[in-house]
Amino acid sequence: MQQSQEERGPLENGSPKEKQRIIRRIVSQLTPHQSQNSHLEGDIAPKGLPEAIPVSRMGAFFLKVSSLTIFTLRFFKEVFRPPYEFHELAKQSFLIGYKSFPLVGITGFIIGLVLTIQSRPTLAKFGAEAWLPAMVAVSIIREIGPAITALIFAGKVGSGIGAELASMNVTEQIDAMQVSGTNPFKYLVVTRVLSATLMLPILVILSDAIGLFGSYVAVNLNGHVSAYLYFSQIFQSLEYKDLLPAFVKTFFFGFAVGIIGCYEGYNANKGTEGVGKAANAAVVFASLMVFIIDMIAVQITSLFQN
Amino acid sequence: MSAIEAAAVTEHAHHQDDHVVVAMEHLEKSFGDNHVLRGIDLVLKKGENLVLLGKSGTGKSVLIKCVVGLVDCDEGNLFLFGQNVADLDEKKLMDIRKKIGFLFQSSALYDSMTVRENLEFPLNRQQQPIPKEEMESLVREALQNVGLAEAIDKTPLELSGGMRKRLGLARTLILKPEIMLYDEPTAGLDPITSKEISNLILEVQQTYGTSSIIITHDIDCARRTANRIIIMKDGVCVAEGSYADLKKSADEWIRSFFE
Ligand SMILES: Nc1ncnc2c1ncn2[C@@H]1O[C@H](COP(=O)(O)OP(=O)(O)OP(=O)(O)O)[C@@H](O)[C@H]1O
Ligand SMILES: [Mg+2]
Repeated sequence: MQQSQEERGPLENGSPKEKQRIIRRIVSQLTPHQSQNSHLEGDIAPKGLPEAIPVSRMGAFFLKVSSLTIFTLRFFKEVFRPPYEFHELAKQSFLIGYKSFPLVGITGFIIGLVLTIQSRPTLAKFGAEAWLPAMVAVSIIREIGPAITALIFAGKVGSGIGAELASMNVTEQIDAMQVSGTNPFKYLVVTRVLSATLMLPILVILSDAIGLFGSYVAVNLNGHVSAYLYFSQIFQSLEYKDLLPAFVKTFFFGFAVGIIGCYEGYNANKGTEGVGKAANAAVVFASLMVFIIDMIAVQITSLFQN
Repeated sequence: MSAIEAAAVTEHAHHQDDHVVVAMEHLEKSFGDNHVLRGIDLVLKKGENLVLLGKSGTGKSVLIKCVVGLVDCDEGNLFLFGQNVADLDEKKLMDIRKKIGFLFQSSALYDSMTVRENLEFPLNRQQQPIPKEEMESLVREALQNVGLAEAIDKTPLELSGGMRKRLGLARTLILKPEIMLYDEPTAGLDPITSKEISNLILEVQQTYGTSSIIITHDIDCARRTANRIIIMKDGVCVAEGSYADLKKSADEWIRSFFE
């Protein structure tokens, strides 16, 4: 073992958890070290790296991105390999999907309502009030529904997964699983990432529907409009090319939230403060990732639509 | 100390022996520049209780984590049941590790599960599924053994420290491991509960013929359970012998453990 470890290097040979530890160690060694140097070098001889502090932060950032990439690759390696944890997958899907529904539903309703009320005066100014349902529907389904739902999802599910796995890590529960012959990555990470990936699209569809209903309620605040008329107007205005890209990107949102929550939790520092940090980092990083994916998705769709 | 060196020499021949279940040859492990294990030579014989003593932070926990693969050692050889761990593929290693039970210093109970589910978890992870009735009786028996029968539907958070330790023990023992690694089984417990746990460890040894490594700071537990004691200092084993021998050792530092 020792010889081969020497040959292949610890990053290829060590257990994945060990790899994460090594990467973390490299990060922790790089960061303070370089910033210390930068103090010295800044004062005495500004040779070498001119902006040592930003570089070390950049270095830490790239190390994080690369270890997240390793983590993601490991996910794809493990997800197809038996044994499959169907029971845990079902349980997590229920927890992740069902428990987030009330929050997502309320938000969707309010967004639909508010968006309609806010848009009406502007459209009325141009005499285009008749376009109100169509405009609201397109904005909810194309952008606002998926993005808001994904952000709420990142806040609720991402932080939940991050905190849960981090506290399991701190209290050695993950080690205990490994010792009892379970692959904790498969049991904990794969199931949660899959559940998040599969549940978010469903939540977005529900949230969109509730948002449209909220919009219908708002329209009705200014005089009666029949539901048939309202919804037929909406469906006339919606096209396949609105629905499909909006739907596809939600899988990526869900995946990002799941994998980042798991990554932060699984690699949390030992100690109780690690739990809070993991939950916090999961939300921040996952929300940012949602926006980045959204931006990429917009570029790709507009590329195809033009 | 010359006796220990002699023992270390004979160990090399021993690792293929049927009576040796765990053999370590010059294990080393560092965390960064913290050189924790500095060449450990140790054998665990079949059916014996081996107690590991040593000051806090000498790497006792790290040592037994190497045995179950939670920590990868940097140097040296580890033999489990006569097979060099380095020569085994992942699946074989997994099969061997399933024969090893590990009681964590922190108990490491699954907080999101009930006591029953904690015990069912390792059973559900077996190759062949275990029928429901058998599972139920195994769970009941395991809880009975540690005196927790009435706590079956509680969650670990509702248990006291001693109960958590005993539940951790029940969860580890439910698979009837051939090797047991106890990390401070009596730490933080009152003398009576400690005595109960020590007796339980003895019972496990006698009924299942388990070979165990027991890490403890509790000298009473060591006296009750040990067939052999090894003392660790600065990442190496510095003394070995029976309780009685070490207690009247010439070395004052060693004697100080037994006061
Ligand atoms: N995962 C880890 N990463 C870095 N250092 C570690 C890790 N685990 C243990 N150490 C270090 O290894 C040394 C030995 O730790 P270990 O837990 O084995 O001590 P111990 O002998 O079990 O002490 P105690 O009796 O207090 O439990 C300590 O200095 C600790 O800081
Ligand atoms: Mg310890």
